[in-house]
Amino acid sequence: MTIADTKKVGLSRRNLLRGGLASGILVAFHLPLRKADAVTQPIAAARFAPNAFIRIGGDGITTLVMPQVEMGQGIYTSIAMILAEELDADFSRLTLEHAPPDDKLYGNPMFGLQSTGNSNSIRAFWKPMRAAGANARAMLIQAAAARWQVDPATCTAANSEVIHALSGRSFAYGDLVEAASALPIPKDTPFKNPDEFKLIGKPLKRLDTPDKVNGKAKYGIDAMMPGLSFATLAQCPVFGGKVAKIDDTAAKKVPGVRKIVVLEDLVAVVGDNMWAAKCGLEALNIIWDEGPNANLDSEEIWKQLRVASAKGGAVAKTNGDVTKGLAVGEKYEASFELPFLAHATMEPLNCTVHVKKEACEVWVGTQIMTRVQSEAAKAAGVPVDKVIVNQHLLGGGFGRRLEPDMVIAAVRIGRHVDGPVKVVWTREEDIQHDIYRPIYRDDVAATLEDGKIVAFKYRVAGSAIVARWLPPGFRNGIDGDAVDSATDAPYEIPNFQVEYVRAEPPAIPTGFFRGVGPNNNVFAIESFMDELARKAGKDPIAFRRAMLGKAPRVQNVLDLVAQKSGWGKLLPRRFGRGVSLQPTFDTAIATVVEAEVDDLGEVRLHRVTLAVDTGIAVNPDTIAAQLEGGIVFGLTAALYGEITIDKGRVQQSNFHDYRMLRIDQMPKIEIHIVKSGEAPGGIGEAGVIGSAPALRNAIYAATGVALRKLPIDRSLIAAGKKS
Amino acid sequence: MTTVLNLNGERKSVDVPDEMPLLWVLRDVLGMTGTKFGCGAALCGACTVHVDGKAVRSCLLSIGELGERAVTTIEGIGVTPVGAKVQKAWLDLEVVQCGYCQSGQVMSAAALLAATPRPDDADIDAAMAGNICRCGTYKRIRDAIKLASSERQP
Repeated sequence: MTIADTKKVGLSRRNLLRGGLASGILVAFHLPLRKADAVTQPIAAARFAPNAFIRIGGDGITTLVMPQVEMGQGIYTSIAMILAEELDADFSRLTLEHAPPDDKLYGNPMFGLQSTGNSNSIRAFWKPMRAAGANARAMLIQAAAARWQVDPATCTAANSEVIHALSGRSFAYGDLVEAASALPIPKDTPFKNPDEFKLIGKPLKRLDTPDKVNGKAKYGIDAMMPGLSFATLAQCPVFGGKVAKIDDTAAKKVPGVRKIVVLEDLVAVVGDNMWAAKCGLEALNIIWDEGPNANLDSEEIWKQLRVASAKGGAVAKTNGDVTKGLAVGEKYEASFELPFLAHATMEPLNCTVHVKKEACEVWVGTQIMTRVQSEAAKAAGVPVDKVIVNQHLLGGGFGRRLEPDMVIAAVRIGRHVDGPVKVVWTREEDIQHDIYRPIYRDDVAATLEDGKIVAFKYRVAGSAIVARWLPPGFRNGIDGDAVDSATDAPYEIPNFQVEYVRAEPPAIPTGFFRGVGPNNNVFAIESFMDELARKAGKDPIAFRRAMLGKAPRVQNVLDLVAQKSGWGKLLPRRFGRGVSLQPTFDTAIATVVEAEVDDLGEVRLHRVTLAVDTGIAVNPDTIAAQLEGGIVFGLTAALYGEITIDKGRVQQSNFHDYRMLRIDQMPKIEIHIVKSGEAPGGIGEAGVIGSAPALRNAIYAATGVALRKLPIDRSLIAAGKKS
Repeated sequence: MTTVLNLNGERKSVDVPDEMPLLWVLRDVLGMTGTKFGCGAALCGACTVHVDGKAVRSCLLSIGELGERAVTTIEGIGVTPVGAKVQKAWLDLEVVQCGYCQSGQVMSAAALLAATPRPDDADIDAAMAGNICRCGTYKRIRDAIKLASSERQP
């Protein structure tokens, strides 16, 4: 397998369109073509291109075009597996190419734009990719059958060959490309039955990883080209502030500094290399006009959120009569609060641009190619079709690269630079100018009677990211992401209500973060469930299980995790087990964390057991890897994750004060995947969500201390204050 | 000024200031982008290379301090038996996710195994705790180091 050079992508796409149209082939699954000029071009070489995703050359080389970006989640391999499965292509001889920016050809059907996020790549492309593969295979079989003058039904396909077993004949796909290109594209070719799968369901090796262990893989930050200069930047440390004046006398004397670019809100130093640019930036004396947020701090931001939450909001979901229900039995209330978080992708923000008079070229690893293209066009002052975007591998996405801000800044800087310039954020700049996971406040009230929940009222207050990011998704005052996994909580509760309060923090930009809204909702609901179980005098798993009658897949993973985690077995003193359930992304997960706390409140992680039903497991090893890593991501946030604001600026700056879990703190992790024939669910973010509440509940079990905030407060554990 | 580097067994001449860290010489001057920038403060390990066989953070090691000591980077580690074993184990156990930190992880693991061919968990913790993986691949990193340590020369 080779991953084609991203530079060739634009050209390849044009060839693809020419090939497809000139052969009289319409592109499959209702994706109309836009480029009129493509129609008139002749075929350059014999090739079979029945849709936007598959191209087979006369030499038999099969190229699969990837609509979704690779940021570690293994999607290049999983999508290739789905396409190759139905195409019956030889999986060991594939070429992958990243799709160019084109919402019509490559848009994510669940978003309506070319975007990789929300753990939905497999869910969104499961059927379209199978159709693309199956229809192409049917055409190749038909072409072979016509040559042999046999019934296509007597032919089969395997490993990029059509086979006529009765006569012992076969054709390589490469020999069929011209004949197949002349055929009409069939509709509704039946998919394989799952028992016919040769690739799907197997733990196949990833296609992107060999170059990631030898230094060859190219991330955005690795873009290199002749004439490249290097820049780094300082944005006003206070949100919303501007440059007042600069003294660049010393900076200009730094060897290798070529230019200092001063814009309204940032200063960039351009040099022969990043070191020169960094030294130049350090030598600059910048006076900032800090603007209206110069005195903003975390306390004020939290105060505003609590006031907004208390005012109440829009009803997102209601069952029964929660007001009446809350008047019955014993009533309990609690409030939960989650902090701002920075994404801290290991690859710091960066973007390389070459802004010319009437065109612009961008090299970046992004989760939103078309949005990057249009924003670059605006910032460069050129038409969209004059912007070339070269997609690179992403050194982590986690939602940070669902934003185009790094591209906009780079283009604004690049307008003042002759030739291409690579703009790289320092780690400090990356952490202090993130688009942060919003703070949330959750107010929960419930009543218990005879050990059962009578009513459960849940109100979440926080940013409406969807309203900014995908406005049509924000309806009737409800942000679907902010209430995700609350409105569809798996429990059968007679009186149940979810409310949403849109409350944007002052000045601090907020955006999607791996695990999104469910990180907050599952933490609050599952934490409170444990408190209610204790009030009811029930075991946390038994208490939950009794309410899962209408969620059999969740109940099943709960039973499995109880068995595999040794739930109920005795533990040493100050050890605890905690459980968490989630229905998120069409994937049912139950997580059990086993942890130990010491007298100082320090937490030691011992073991995490996770049971998952994600439907058909396309690549079970990738699923396990995503869950293992997700658990670490969630536990990192639970133990350390917090961005705080003082004097209008972020107080954290690098990995010494924005800590990450490290290998010496790792618990044992076991993943148990349920065999299922359901359609595949989402997995990329799923592991993140349950680990924090399960850890919180483990601490609750060990100590009786009911933590209601993240990150975990060691002083509360040490003080041993019971709820 | 001109400095001669002993890099992956070859001599490379670069014209850069003495105080310039090796990381930026590799990446921006020589175009060897396999060594990654992560934090610039020796906090994350993404920039790990070998100097005379020991794992070193190249983001804080200036060319002047380095002198003519032998540097091995991710681009060169595969030719050493231990490097090849680590790379193979990494792929056999499918350690990698986004991969950005993995150059540094591979380099730290190779230095560990060169010094301690049969590391126990405590050795692995001590050698690898300086390398952050935001994707959280630590479980497989540990397993892959053990696999590499148990395999004979490839």
